[in-house]
Amino acid sequence: MIDHIPAGMALKVLKILGIDEAVSSTVTVAMHVPSKAMSWKDIVKVEDRELSPREVDKIALIAPKASVNVIRNYNVAEKHVVRLPDRAVGILRCGNPNCITNLREPVETDFFVKPGEPPRAACRYCDRVVEDIPAAIV
Amino acid sequence: MASWKGRDILSIRDLSRGDIELVLKAARRMAPIAEGEKSSKSLEGKILATLFFEPSTRTRLSFESAMIRLGGGVLGFSNVEGTSVQKGETLADTVRMVEGYADVIVLRHPHEGAARLAAEFTERPVINAGDGAGQHPTQTLQDLYTIWDERGKIEGLNIALVGDLKYGRTVHSIATALAGFGASLTLVSPPGLEMPWEIVEEVKATGTPVSTTHRLEDVVPTADVLYVTRIQKERFPDPQEYQKVAGSYRVDLPLLREAKKDMIVLHPLPRVTEIDPAVDRTPHAKYFRQAFNAVPVRMALLEMVLGVG
Ligand SMILES: [Zn+2]
Repeated sequence: MIDHIPAGMALKVLKILGIDEAVSSTVTVAMHVPSKAMSWKDIVKVEDRELSPREVDKIALIAPKASVNVIRNYNVAEKHVVRLPDRAVGILRCGNPNCITNLREPVETDFFVKPGEPPRAACRYCDRVVEDIPAAIV
Repeated sequence: MASWKGRDILSIRDLSRGDIELVLKAARRMAPIAEGEKSSKSLEGKILATLFFEPSTRTRLSFESAMIRLGGGVLGFSNVEGTSVQKGETLADTVRMVEGYADVIVLRHPHEGAARLAAEFTERPVINAGDGAGQHPTQTLQDLYTIWDERGKIEGLNIALVGDLKYGRTVHSIATALAGFGASLTLVSPPGLEMPWEIVEEVKATGTPVSTTHRLEDVVPTADVLYVTRIQKERFPDPQEYQKVAGSYRVDLPLLREAKKDMIVLHPLPRVTEIDPAVDRTPHAKYFRQAFNAVPVRMALLEMVLGVG
């Protein structure tokens, strides 16, 4: 279960997890839920699904305050808050059409990430700052 | 300080003030060789590859002259026509191929970040000779060298950057580099072509005094250096507006009457109408010297990254 997603970002989280009609487990989405800490939040719950480190990094970029609860046998078995990575490798697309990473070269994109509201990501190759991080996620 | 041998020169930001000072001093030692007064064989047996994915004759020739003056050899291409690049080869592959033929690679490329990518695919030092609208560190070093060589120092000088400060990458790089040297900056641009605020903030954060104006005549009496850049016609939708602006940012003899005796005028060239040719004959004009300085600066860098000297 991923809690404390900024309101409106739940569908983006589903996209990061690659969840579509073909998914075989139960998926529950709660949108615009009252929250003490963030006034409104979204929640996503996916059964039988663990997150890869890259997925956690992607979620951290769009929901820096999200918490990931692993539920086993109806109990919260693990609970951790995502951590904003200081480098985002292969998870964002550079918005500069003239950036070398947008050509057919054998490299992954690479961004320096700085915390903030919202976080700031700058391309290691061309220095361009990402304007809309959720839209830039691969 | 990072070791120089094998070092990539990708962005002026990768160089500390101490690094840059070493380059300037080495360049001064190169000047007599660059002028042909002395000769050197320090890079004999070494090969420079100039990979120019877009033409830039001046940059390429100055690198080649630098290498040949030091006894080294040169190979490469000056545009992609007829090369395997045209057949769709990646930059990564081109660089890995060239690595087998040369000791140092100079790269000019139309895409930003190309030099950094190239450097990741070779152990050979890569020197960025311009990547799209990105970095061109050897040009910045050449500008810093000209100021330092002509004025004996950079710290404490009052340097006016004049012209299109919004779009010119040259002027952004020189502004941040000068900030690290303790010069004070005066930014002179037409309305709408001011220096981007991020760069002004970056410069101010170093403690560098920055002032801004639209009037060139106000800064001439106090400037130690006038660094003039081109104002491009394309930036103005209205040709009459362009004429007006170009006219008021023109450096000519009447304007220089107010200047300090030892004030120098620089320009990355080519100029159009920004500097009246009559200025060429005054002791202020240093832009041709600045163009020549491309060679000693690049000689110094080639020796340093090849671990010689
Ligand atoms: Zn980029």
